Amino acid sequence: MNKIFAVAGVVIKELYRRKDFYVLFILTVLITGLMWFMTFFHDEHIVRFVKEICLLLIWISTLAISVTTAARQVPAERESRTIFPLLAKPISRWHVLVGKFLGCWAASGIALVVFYAFFGIVSASREHTLPLGAYFEALWLHWQMLGIVIALTMLGSVVLSLEANITIIFIISVGLLVVGGHLHRLAGQMSEPSASILTAIYFLIPHLELFDMRELIIHDWPMDPSIWVDTLLVTLYGLAYMSFFLLAACLVFRRKALN
Amino acid sequence: MNGILRTENLRVEYRSRELKQATKVALKGLNLVVQPGEVFGFLGPNGAGKTTTMNVLLGYVNATGGAAYLFDVNVREPIARQRIGYLPELTYYYKFLTAEELLRFYARIFQIPKSETESRIDQLLKLVELEHARKRPIRTYSKGMQQRAGLAQALINNPDLLLLDEPTSGLDPLGRMKVREIIQRLKNEGKTVFFSSHEMGEVETVCDRVAILHEGELKVEGHVADLLNQYQCNLEQLFLKVVGYQPQLS
Repeated sequence: MNKIFAVAGVVIKELYRRKDFYVLFILTVLITGLMWFMTFFHDEHIVRFVKEICLLLIWISTLAISVTTAARQVPAERESRTIFPLLAKPISRWHVLVGKFLGCWAASGIALVVFYAFFGIVSASREHTLPLGAYFEALWLHWQMLGIVIALTMLGSVVLSLEANITIIFIISVGLLVVGGHLHRLAGQMSEPSASILTAIYFLIPHLELFDMRELIIHDWPMDPSIWVDTLLVTLYGLAYMSFFLLAACLVFRRKALN
Repeated sequence: MNGILRTENLRVEYRSRELKQATKVALKGLNLVVQPGEVFGFLGPNGAGKTTTMNVLLGYVNATGGAAYLFDVNVREPIARQRIGYLPELTYYYKFLTAEELLRFYARIFQIPKSETESRIDQLLKLVELEHARKRPIRTYSKGMQQRAGLAQALINNPDLLLLDEPTSGLDPLGRMKVREIIQRLKNEGKTVFFSSHEMGEVETVCDRVAILHEGELKVEGHVADLLNQYQCNLEQLFLKVVGYQPQLS
């Protein structure tokens, strides 16, 4: 594990030395700035609407940061040829890939904490309440969702070019979030064999919408204790997809020519 | 004797993706043995198969036939690289890291205990004369400094075998001299050095034994003094003779 953590550490170090985190900070401040509007409108519906927009921005920003960071890891190593002295050490390709994944996932987690902390502080200053359980739940599952996307991006990065990978992963992620949960209903309206194919796809794809807990924060819904069991199950579901995509990426990368 | 670096009938073929292009044979059954404590020069013109041999030894490329071993461990196993140090021809390091961060990163990969890591970093940065620049990002280094940082990373695990790919390529005379001094010092410490180079004078000065490779085949191998005696010429002339160079006389 030490080798994997060493690689992950370099990914995080690179991220903050490349000033990505500063861009992140500016984005956070901009989003928080939007929250200030709530001081002018004391209508509860408008406050919820602004919260919804802010959370949507957080989702888009973190998705963009996670995908672009993960997508460039392997291509950048190959392009700058830093992969050569690295693999000349007693480290296998799967160590490198898993280390890169963990580094990106940890970095996205740090970014999420920064975003949610700012959002939570500003929101609490207006509403005089901070439902910590709901925030933790939303943040945790959001992080798991990013883990799946990062693992899928790692798989794409050993198969596709950088630009193609980023574009395809964005389309897939947004597609999964928006229509993934409705495929079985669409299948019900179709004739065979399209209906069976669409149903099979529905059961095969990772359902990213399960990780979306924004409504919990927006509407301040009360937390049922059983939610933690569901959270655990969804976390295991996410980990299974992450493992599958990473395994596939390792199998491809193992045989990949380096230059 | 097994040697600490050994190749047995090593064959590497590169298959072309183009339909009409033939498979390129980069190595045609290479047999090589490097004994502990010797400085071994690996020579050959461009395209002879030196880099391919290095790539197989470092696990970047899988052999089509035969096998290669480091310390009697097949190079397909990452653990075979536990006791080696590798210096590439050009500096391929994380330029956003400082020299000491780079060394610390590689030390973690070798699983060197933290208590040992710091003293080793101090020793190495002193050896390659980079103490003054240890906290500066590598991207701010001159080419010679980057090459010396590379040499330090190759030595972080106190390797028994060093693989150097044209270590003085592109360096000024002073830089070359410093690298040569370090190789000599390592030799005196009993380390084994396997290096490829186009600098015949350097090879003649530093190496105990040499091998000359041409078109994927081993043409000549032996002790430098014996070869010079046998062919009655210097190493450069021997090299040109082996690769079939005919001087064009006007």
